[in-house]
Amino acid sequence: MAEALSQSSKMRLGRLAIYACLVIVAVLYLMPLWVMVTTSLKPLDEIYGGSFIGLPKVVTLDAWRAAWSQACIGTECTGLKPYFVNSLLMVIPAVALSTGIGAINGYILTKWKFPGANFVFGLMLFGCFLPYQAILIPMARTLGLLGLAGSIPGLVAVHVSYGICFTTLFFRNYFVSLPDELTKAAMVDGAGFFRIFWSVILPTSIPIIVVSCIWQFTQIWNDFLFGVSFTSGSSSPITVALNNIVNVTTGRKQYNVDMAAAMIAAIPTLVVYIVAGRYFVRGLTAGAVKG
Amino acid sequence: MSASTRMSSRLAAWLPRLVVAPSLLVVIVAVYLFILWTGLISVTSSKFVPTYDFVGLEQYVRLWATPRWHTAVANLFIFSALFLALSTGLGLLMAILLDQNIRAEGALRAIYLYPMALSFIVTGTAWKWIMNPGLGIQRVVNDLGWTDFRFDWITNPDMAIYTVVVAGVWQSSGFAMAIFLAGLRGIDNSVIKAAQIEGATLPLIYRQIIIPMLRPAMLSVIVLLSYIAIKSFDLVLALTNGGPGTATELPSTFMFSATFRRNQMGVGAASAVMMLMTVAAIIIPYLYSELREKNDG
Repeated sequence: MAEALSQSSKMRLGRLAIYACLVIVAVLYLMPLWVMVTTSLKPLDEIYGGSFIGLPKVVTLDAWRAAWSQACIGTECTGLKPYFVNSLLMVIPAVALSTGIGAINGYILTKWKFPGANFVFGLMLFGCFLPYQAILIPMARTLGLLGLAGSIPGLVAVHVSYGICFTTLFFRNYFVSLPDELTKAAMVDGAGFFRIFWSVILPTSIPIIVVSCIWQFTQIWNDFLFGVSFTSGSSSPITVALNNIVNVTTGRKQYNVDMAAAMIAAIPTLVVYIVAGRYFVRGLTAGAVKG
Repeated sequence: MSASTRMSSRLAAWLPRLVVAPSLLVVIVAVYLFILWTGLISVTSSKFVPTYDFVGLEQYVRLWATPRWHTAVANLFIFSALFLALSTGLGLLMAILLDQNIRAEGALRAIYLYPMALSFIVTGTAWKWIMNPGLGIQRVVNDLGWTDFRFDWITNPDMAIYTVVVAGVWQSSGFAMAIFLAGLRGIDNSVIKAAQIEGATLPLIYRQIIIPMLRPAMLSVIVLLSYIAIKSFDLVLALTNGGPGTATELPSTFMFSATFRRNQMGVGAASAVMMLMTVAAIIIPYLYSELREKNDG
């Protein structure tokens, strides 16, 4: 194409402007992470000396050590370690159960449709958009009646109950696009309900299983409302413990410990995001039913 | 056909329903029954524990007579409007820019979206530190020589709600970007090519053709972000704890503190019902239209 030179240099200027915009926004988005990491590596005196945005002059892991095993949460000075373990004990069974149940629900609602199946799906779908404040009081009462109040199994039960709304949505929308011939052929061969699920459906659903696990892991690990409403003291998940550390008002505020604690709480979901970001995005956009 | 095979074939027909039944039961109880239960508590005089004496709409009257609730509702409007406008605008802009055959698109996209992987508690903690007037951004700019510069919104009751907006937009605009980008990728390129041949300029093409075609994505973004805005709780708690004073109270934090901190369970339940009705007014028409269009297609 024989374009005028000015035309092409104008194009190049436009491209440059686009890249400049994108890079500026990227820097702004990375800034909080940068500040968290660098602050967590600085000694407290350096922070109070006015070093905010710069690299640490002295790099120390003291704040990380304090956040992990010494910082006080309430009256217990155990650091985040036991609460990190609590969150793990909560998130692993909750993710496994909700994903498994969601998979079989999605399978039934698409391949074994019964009268009213769409209505059942609609009932579950609204559960995805439930403002949890509307169920906090009854749930607290029910957990008390079941003897699950303030316990990790109680939190697992809560997360599974509301999580299956999301996982059923994921699996249903995924299985809807699988051809029915797949299950029909297996049925002709004499395979039953569970056999088809195990041998025909599950092997094709690895991507959506990954999406569901990542979504549930992120949601449950990051949850604060259920944690703060239904647990107290040593059975709290990490988000509640982090909030307690940060809101300590006595003594000289340990900003480096706060930031190290925030990083410790953030690392599991950040790692998942970095390793499997593609699937993370798919979980996000699944909420937009049509994307 | 023998009796036993008839039995087993009938069982086979019922098996899917039996397997889905426990999930359905859990959802009916944990979502719908609990909503009714909350509604019930909201018409009683419950304080520290539920007491089931009918007092009519007394708690709703008391709720709407509470200045703190008025602050919370006003804040929700300010926060939602700005949060929605900024997240949607920024998300759309970033998606359009990223859609111009950008090198390193994957890396940039990852950077815009990573805040979405964080807990709002982490986000709140980080931004509380960044906006700390004594040691954060204000200090940095002061040290650069602009000594009059003030960025003390977080301690200023009139401005504190905007700090929640800033942190919320940082966390959620990447989400809007991801949905818009998916929408842009679904648009047929030949439409754009044809318009270009007709001599339309790129900004014109975007204004007149592409952005109108993003309507479904726009609807999704607005609905999902509204939902995030209404349920925002952890962000406020970590960032400002509702303060200074009650300056950043939202309905979600109001409900929590009335119920669990101030022993006003009836008022708390009433505020939860108001929140639920707001969400339902946005979500139910959305779900209805999404599902109906899907079934038609």
